[in-house]
Amino acid sequence: MQQTFVQPEFRVRIDYDKCHKCGRCVQQCGWGVYDFAERPIPHDEKCRACHRCVTYCPAHCITIEKNALAFRENDNWSTNLVKGVWKQADTGGVLLTSMGNPRPYERIFDKLVLDACQVTNPSIDPLREPMELRTYLGRKPDAVQVESDGNGGFRLAEGGGMTNNLKLDTPIIFSPMSYGSVSLNVHRSLAMAAERLGILMNTGEGGLHEDLYPYQDHAILQVASGRFGLNPEVLGRAAALEIKIGQGAKPGIGGHLPGEKIDREVSATRMIPQGSDAISPAPHHDIYSIEDLRQLIYAIKEASGYKPVGVKIAAVHNVAAIASGIVRAGADYVYLDGFRGGTGAAPAVIRDHIGIPVEVAIAAVDQRLRDEGIRNQASIIAAGSIRSSADAAKAIALGADVVAIGTAALLALGCHLCQSCHTGKCSWGITTQKPELTRRIDPEWGAERLTNLVHAWSHELQEILGALGVNAVESLRGSRERLRSIGLDEHTCRVLGVKPAGM
Amino acid sequence: MIKAAVSVPPAGVIEGYRQVAPVIEREGDAATVDTTGVYFQQLNDAIRRLVADGVTTVRVTGANGQRYIGAGLRVPGVRIEVHGTAGNDTAMFMDGAEVEVFGNAQDGVGNTMSSGRVIVHGDAGDVLGYGMRGGRVFVQGDVGYRVGIHMKAYEKHVPVVVCGGKARDFFGEYMAGGVLVLLGVNTHFPEQPLVGGFTGAGMHGGVMYVRGTVEPWQCGAEVGITEACEEDLGVLRPLVEEYAEAFGEDAEAIMDGPFVRIAPVSHRPYAKLYASM
Ligand code: SF4
Ligand code: SF4
Ligand code: SF4
Repeated sequence: MQQTFVQPEFRVRIDYDKCHKCGRCVQQCGWGVYDFAERPIPHDEKCRACHRCVTYCPAHCITIEKNALAFRENDNWSTNLVKGVWKQADTGGVLLTSMGNPRPYERIFDKLVLDACQVTNPSIDPLREPMELRTYLGRKPDAVQVESDGNGGFRLAEGGGMTNNLKLDTPIIFSPMSYGSVSLNVHRSLAMAAERLGILMNTGEGGLHEDLYPYQDHAILQVASGRFGLNPEVLGRAAALEIKIGQGAKPGIGGHLPGEKIDREVSATRMIPQGSDAISPAPHHDIYSIEDLRQLIYAIKEASGYKPVGVKIAAVHNVAAIASGIVRAGADYVYLDGFRGGTGAAPAVIRDHIGIPVEVAIAAVDQRLRDEGIRNQASIIAAGSIRSSADAAKAIALGADVVAIGTAALLALGCHLCQSCHTGKCSWGITTQKPELTRRIDPEWGAERLTNLVHAWSHELQEILGALGVNAVESLRGSRERLRSIGLDEHTCRVLGVKPAGM
Repeated sequence: MIKAAVSVPPAGVIEGYRQVAPVIEREGDAATVDTTGVYFQQLNDAIRRLVADGVTTVRVTGANGQRYIGAGLRVPGVRIEVHGTAGNDTAMFMDGAEVEVFGNAQDGVGNTMSSGRVIVHGDAGDVLGYGMRGGRVFVQGDVGYRVGIHMKAYEKHVPVVVCGGKARDFFGEYMAGGVLVLLGVNTHFPEQPLVGGFTGAGMHGGVMYVRGTVEPWQCGAEVGITEACEEDLGVLRPLVEEYAEAFGEDAEAIMDGPFVRIAPVSHRPYAKLYASM
């Protein structure tokens, strides 16, 4: 074989003076970096910097360093671009990668700050006063009828116009990640955590494995272009159905789950043959228009007994008009996935260059729906990428009802953002189907970590609400007056509906 | 989840249909539902109620494009007859029932269907059998674009679509399993090609049989065309017989063929497309 020009990205350094020669690193690395001949011998070119070996080395004697080979300075040709050309000259292939867009586009969340009460309006102490995070996901009627409850209060009249909504104890849910791209133990962890937290997980497009049936009231089932794992029985089980049109990491393109990831269990859940590629066409071929989308929404409603049906789209240039069409088509929620959203596999050229930030998408969609008087007809879920409770609060202030987390949830399970999910060899047992790796995640442990994370963020949200002097997350929704920008240009501020700090 | 009544818009007119309950005449375990001018929600609600109430044969009269007839029906042994034109997504997600249309059917017949049978005494539109993973669809005449798209087989579930006339472009696109048959015997378009372009584009599983000749230019890059062999004819015969029985045709005359077999050259057509970063 010809020598590749691409040099290793990382250097695996072992302090052999400290090393116990225990061989654990050999066993821990999913990518087969280590040979063992009396002591571990790393092959740097295979290392993905996932830090699994580092974490589990009992002697703490492994470090992973950048292979900082000097090139003559060139701001135009970054090392990544040069390596990409070499790799493609080697293979002729489309460069495949995973996780979210890592490029240094402006991060709008980081240029927004929240308000707080001082003097004129008291802030609230959320530890000692009620602070409501409960959120209802779904279509709200234009009006409801109430009746007396006989005790001086009121209740919703029977058939008083309320529509099916999903009750969430906190406005943070898990984003769609399919069984197949992630392991079943990840799905189990998400489902158990969703139940404990009173929120929702989302199956992604790979169907609902029967082990998740006990948690089905906390699962959104996706209907994607490949129509995997769908029959009337599972439609009847899930809490809600979601038509996946697009994904922030790869707007406008379909997906391939490679045949080697389709083992018996994955094939049973997706209801497809074992070992052949699971191909999701780029579009749904029964949706070429908003009218067609309406047709599918109502097909799913008819077949599921009128459960809530949402539509997930990637945030793209014309997102506000598209979202308006989606709401008019009868969707109960619109899921906006920004261009930093994660993925189990996507062509790098698509992930890194297509789509818009979720911050502007939320603001544009919320404003458009308000202007058209249809904001109540659907909830907005925002994702891609929500990295902290601060991002969540800002997304809600920009107009989202709920945020969804994917990458953050995987981080809680051990992900180290090595962007190698597409290889199917995740050392952390997350994005792989290899049994020796998937058993690294104990669902009970996973559920606890996910529960901790969402609890922590929820407490932080309560703190933020308290500082803002409001006692319910509803009061923050779309409250852009409580946001200011630092250093965003005028046009972006206008789209966001946010004033610069000091105004 | 807050359970509440489904908000059905107030009785009125949507897209030219009235939102009123259809007129139902019931005789034992059969019922006739006159759906003339009635909106699909009220029609399908009536069908579901009747089936839940033990009715095994529902005769729908006056159908004029109402959607989703039989959608999501999970009761084997139930038979729905549609007199008139069946609308889009007829038998979508259906699992076990039978729908027989005496007239034409619009787009999306058998969309994501799991099991059961659909018979159309007429022509059918586009994306018939999209994502179908079981059951059988028989269309007497011509079909539209992207028919049989992404049909997929799984264990004992093998979907079958038999079209008696001609088909347009992208026939069997992305097919991942199942059997798709095109007979070309009952068509409104005698001078047109049997099947349009891009046949089997992206196909990676299952098989197509076409009665007549198909040229390579009509096919996607992922498939090969060969003469149907004995084994193929063995698969075809019972399907052709079922077709002939449904529409009163001569099975032997159809089986005279000749048939070609169109099948993928790889079940992993895109395995070499990518370079890992
Ligand atoms: S890929 Fe991960 S486990 Fe393997 S050597 Fe590199 S850091 Fe260690
Ligand atoms: S895990 Fe650490 S101590 Fe054990 S062999 Fe590897 S480098 Fe040495
Ligand atoms: S899930 Fe695994 S492979 Fe993917 S980025 Fe995280 S650690 Fe790497």
